[in-house]
Amino acid sequence: MSMNISRRDFNKMFLTGVAGASLGLFGGALPAFAARHRVVVIGGGFGGASAAKYLKKLDPTLSVTLVEPKAAYVTCPFSNWVLAGLKTIPEITQTYTALANRGITIVPEAAVSIDPVKSLVTLKSGKVLNYDRLIVSPGIDFKWDTIEGYNQGLAESRMPHAYQAGPQTELLHRQLLDMKDGGTVLVCPPANPFRCPPGPYERASLIAHYLKENKPKSKVIILDPKEKFSKQGLFTKGWARLYPGMIEWRGPAAGGKVLAVDSSAMSVKTDLGMVKGDVINIIPPQKAGQLAFIAGLTDQSGWCPVNPTSFESTIHKNIHVIGDACKAGAMPKSGFAASSQGKVAAAAIIRLLRGQEPAPPSLVNTCYSLIGQGYGISVAGVYHLSPEGIAEIPGSGGLTPIDANDDQLEQEAMFARGWYNNIVRDIWG
Amino acid sequence: MPSKLKIYLTAGLIASASVPYGAQVFAVAKANARTASQVSPRGQILALSCAGCHGTDGKSVGIIPSFYGKSPQYLEEALKDFKSGARVSTVMGRHAKGYSDEEIHLIAEYFGTVWKKNK
Repeated sequence: MSMNISRRDFNKMFLTGVAGASLGLFGGALPAFAARHRVVVIGGGFGGASAAKYLKKLDPTLSVTLVEPKAAYVTCPFSNWVLAGLKTIPEITQTYTALANRGITIVPEAAVSIDPVKSLVTLKSGKVLNYDRLIVSPGIDFKWDTIEGYNQGLAESRMPHAYQAGPQTELLHRQLLDMKDGGTVLVCPPANPFRCPPGPYERASLIAHYLKENKPKSKVIILDPKEKFSKQGLFTKGWARLYPGMIEWRGPAAGGKVLAVDSSAMSVKTDLGMVKGDVINIIPPQKAGQLAFIAGLTDQSGWCPVNPTSFESTIHKNIHVIGDACKAGAMPKSGFAASSQGKVAAAAIIRLLRGQEPAPPSLVNTCYSLIGQGYGISVAGVYHLSPEGIAEIPGSGGLTPIDANDDQLEQEAMFARGWYNNIVRDIWG
Repeated sequence: MPSKLKIYLTAGLIASASVPYGAQVFAVAKANARTASQVSPRGQILALSCAGCHGTDGKSVGIIPSFYGKSPQYLEEALKDFKSGARVSTVMGRHAKGYSDEEIHLIAEYFGTVWKKNK
């Protein structure tokens, strides 16, 4: 069913003027007299905003509505840079003005329920939105009850998770600024799967960057329930080079699993006893965002099963789930992955609304991590559909070489900045 | 689940079957008259994620190279050179190895023409 247009044909069409029309309608468009299809997108993060933008870009005749209660979105990517003083919160805050200017209807309200039978979304105000296709991109929620003594109140006061950027990032940043020299920072990542697999380790790196310059007698301890972690070799090498003796990683055998917290003693309980911290960052285990549960889109894993070609829920028809909340095979839960999924879902929905088969999916992930100011590393992945679901294409992707020289590491750090500037424009611009 | 996946996969393989470029010209020539308002859906799906680093339609604002306005020929050659390693890169080689030559052709065709609509 592939409808490839060869270069030669394309040129021919261009000369005859046919391609002029085709170029103007890139991705195709319905004739003006056809019914205007309504697509509603819930969630204005990396997944939802990408889907909304590309639905409208690829088919300007669509009615696209983006439901997002927050007026601005603070990105998790680069929020670790804020902890190191390398970025400010305003610099990583995105708004929906440009999307509105593209003709997308922004509804600044929370969606409270979904009726998959009647195809409607109910908003907090009681207002109802009808859809032909719905995209749900609810991000993550925390499993508060998995660490004894930890709860949302504690996260908002003494032990921030800082894994949804914004006030949580500011709280952790303030605690670092207030900490005495010679203090200990505990960073406690969860078991897999969780949002942004290299995130806790970039965080430890950039906290060390701040401490080395401002409080050099301090240290960072990572308490990890996992045997291994993302980009481990590259992080470990970078820590030894930039922050010798400052970052200590403790795996499960070394008491890495946090069982409970004691906020009055500012300590955490592990298999090997209590560990005290002056700043304690608990990143709790995660599940799909709340709306996914309310709408019955999750399975027993706590995440949302989807058709890997269109990201349509395998539970509810005409509802697509993208981003951290969905089960996307080998893809990590990252902002880049969510954006890639948003585009694939957008293109698939446009074809489905016309009664056409979606093209087979092609998905990408690129995650930069900063270890020091001029020291960047990356992991890349290109994904396709295999019998096991969404899988990485053998021989592609992978990590920054472990023997990369300083020029390459510096270039990766510069590309990290360049990546951020482009992806936020690609999504919210 | 496996049987469902097999169906998706089969659909994918049929759509992406690597037909030689020359043969495609004839295969699609007739279809073009009625699909003139469509870009290759496969090319589009392959191309869209590139914008995640290079900017929408390849229009970059920072240090990452912009490829907006480049020709399909230029883009195809660049991607093939990244894939082979003839062109040195940090991350592009790792990405380019994820695509067949036919897929690279489709990506180059998409970005090599998408900018013309803005003219």
